[in-house]
Amino acid sequence: MKQTNIFTMKSPFRDDFAIPGYYFGNGEKTVAIVGSMRGDEIQQLFVASQVVKNLTRLEEAGMISKDHGILVIPSANHYSINIHKRFWAMDNTDINRMFPGYDQGETTQRVAAAIFEAVRGYEYGIQLASYYLSGNFVPHVRVMDTGYQDTDDAKAFGLPYVYVYEPKPFDTCVLNYNWQVFETKAFSVYSGSTDTIEKEMAKMTWLSILRFLDSKGIIKHPCHGGYQPYIFNKSSLHTIVSKQAGLFYVQCKVGQQVRQGDILAKILDPYTGETKTLIESPVNGTIFFAHVRPLIHQHSQMFQILEF
Amino acid sequence: MIKTVVSEDLPVHERLLIYKNVVGAKGKDGKRICIVTGIHGDELEGQYVCYELLRRLNEQTNELHGQVEVYPAINPLGVDSVTRGIPTFDLDMNRIFPGSPNGHMVENVAHQVVEDLKGADLVIDIHSSNIYLYEVPQARISNIYADKLYPMAEKLNLDFIWIHEAATVLEATIAHSLNSANTPTIVVEMGIGMKITREYGDRLVDGILNLLTDMGVWTGNKPTEVTQPIDSRTGDVSFINASRSGVIISALPHGTRVKKGDTICQLVNTLDGTVQEEVKSPVDGLLFTVRSYPIVYEGSLIARIFRDKE
Ligand SMILES: [Zn+2]
Repeated sequence: MKQTNIFTMKSPFRDDFAIPGYYFGNGEKTVAIVGSMRGDEIQQLFVASQVVKNLTRLEEAGMISKDHGILVIPSANHYSINIHKRFWAMDNTDINRMFPGYDQGETTQRVAAAIFEAVRGYEYGIQLASYYLSGNFVPHVRVMDTGYQDTDDAKAFGLPYVYVYEPKPFDTCVLNYNWQVFETKAFSVYSGSTDTIEKEMAKMTWLSILRFLDSKGIIKHPCHGGYQPYIFNKSSLHTIVSKQAGLFYVQCKVGQQVRQGDILAKILDPYTGETKTLIESPVNGTIFFAHVRPLIHQHSQMFQILEF
Repeated sequence: MIKTVVSEDLPVHERLLIYKNVVGAKGKDGKRICIVTGIHGDELEGQYVCYELLRRLNEQTNELHGQVEVYPAINPLGVDSVTRGIPTFDLDMNRIFPGSPNGHMVENVAHQVVEDLKGADLVIDIHSSNIYLYEVPQARISNIYADKLYPMAEKLNLDFIWIHEAATVLEATIAHSLNSANTPTIVVEMGIGMKITREYGDRLVDGILNLLTDMGVWTGNKPTEVTQPIDSRTGDVSFINASRSGVIISALPHGTRVKKGDTICQLVNTLDGTVQEEVKSPVDGLLFTVRSYPIVYEGSLIARIFRDKE
């Protein structure tokens, strides 16, 4: 393993800012893995650090192919992690909305430019992602439908689901989109939570990355084949939106299979405790996404059910 | 007449409310002009414009021959909590238009706001930069709508009209959403976040009344002369970004005509008492954006200068 800084900067008064990259293998541009880009992506940081740990052991044991190279960037934004902010400490901008970056531009554009310079040209790109709504997902691989995507490769992670996802206008500035535009096969891996560590889901995620690397002949890491994933797009997802606001009392778990009419949650009056709405599943399927905060606004997404 | 545009329940004993004040009447072939502001909760210059415009319209109600609608706070939770974005929501509100009825409540709110504004003859969306940068009064227009919007923006008593390239990411702004739905929308940027610059507010109100006169909607008092703005297509814009992190001490106010080599600010080190860099203008031109917030990181925008073509 070789560690180098892919970006360094002085701050007015804080300790110097640096983004380390961990290189394994022979320096070929085979796989680049980017962990946390936002200050609350602790699950993503944890997963990335476990990938580094595993690759370090595998390299010591001679289990990384001589023909390939792997780069892991566990975090691009510890300045925000250390002060409990999700976005850039100074101006609240999001590094993952600045790609492909601009090295003469604003600070986060420069950070994005340095990351992109380091990770472009790789055959595969893996990003450990989080969602703009607070909630938990079933671990899955997400591939943006840019016309350049490769869903067959996404199966090699052996996670239960592959979501082929149509980008919105603001997605044109995220890493995954730009990777694909520059001909890297890009995958976003969602591993359950964001600002808390969920060990089981995290382990499932880092094992899926090792499984992917093994299946491509990049490392030798004998493991079971994982899932035969179900590939779907937005049309299979049934979104449940709240009709009322209140306390949100969840009675189900992400990943659980539900039948039409099963109770998923209750919305309670926050003062009288009376049930305002019973949330029932409108279809048979798997709970793919669930809002996790104990409060819910009116007309907000609570669940996404992946229909059978 | 005060109308409620949006009412959405928050979790505990409160609604998110967006109001508008409707003045005058559209009549049969009359026009409808909407003034919106407060999408970014820390940009407050538009508050004065709403107040002053309504005050002047109310003084001469008989001179109004159309309908003016004033929306002072599109992001009321942000304005009332000194928050640029929407508390509890991750994305910039001006990156989620035209919204959707199926996402977060905020996306639903954006959808309702767009539906309410659609069909207006003109929408003016007033911003005030951010808390870091001072801007001269200016309009921002995407080049794809420039032919339609420039003749109106020109009447608004502004110093500068910046015609910028279309970018996919900007398709999610309220201005783009409305323009693409054939509702002409001009973005005005002026002043700075968290402050009211009364002089600029008065200038824009004069400009709005000047434009309303031109549109046949207003026969009341209007300014005797308005500023002829600089058209950005007659030159180019230089950006100055901080070459290192530190503290800046500004030397020139925004709106200054600078010469190449003039010192715009000093970048200093307050731990050892040295000047790290004299930040100089690379061109002759109009300093139309200048940084006010003293702390900079490497890359922070310090100034933008418009240079005429020779
Ligand atoms: Zn703004």
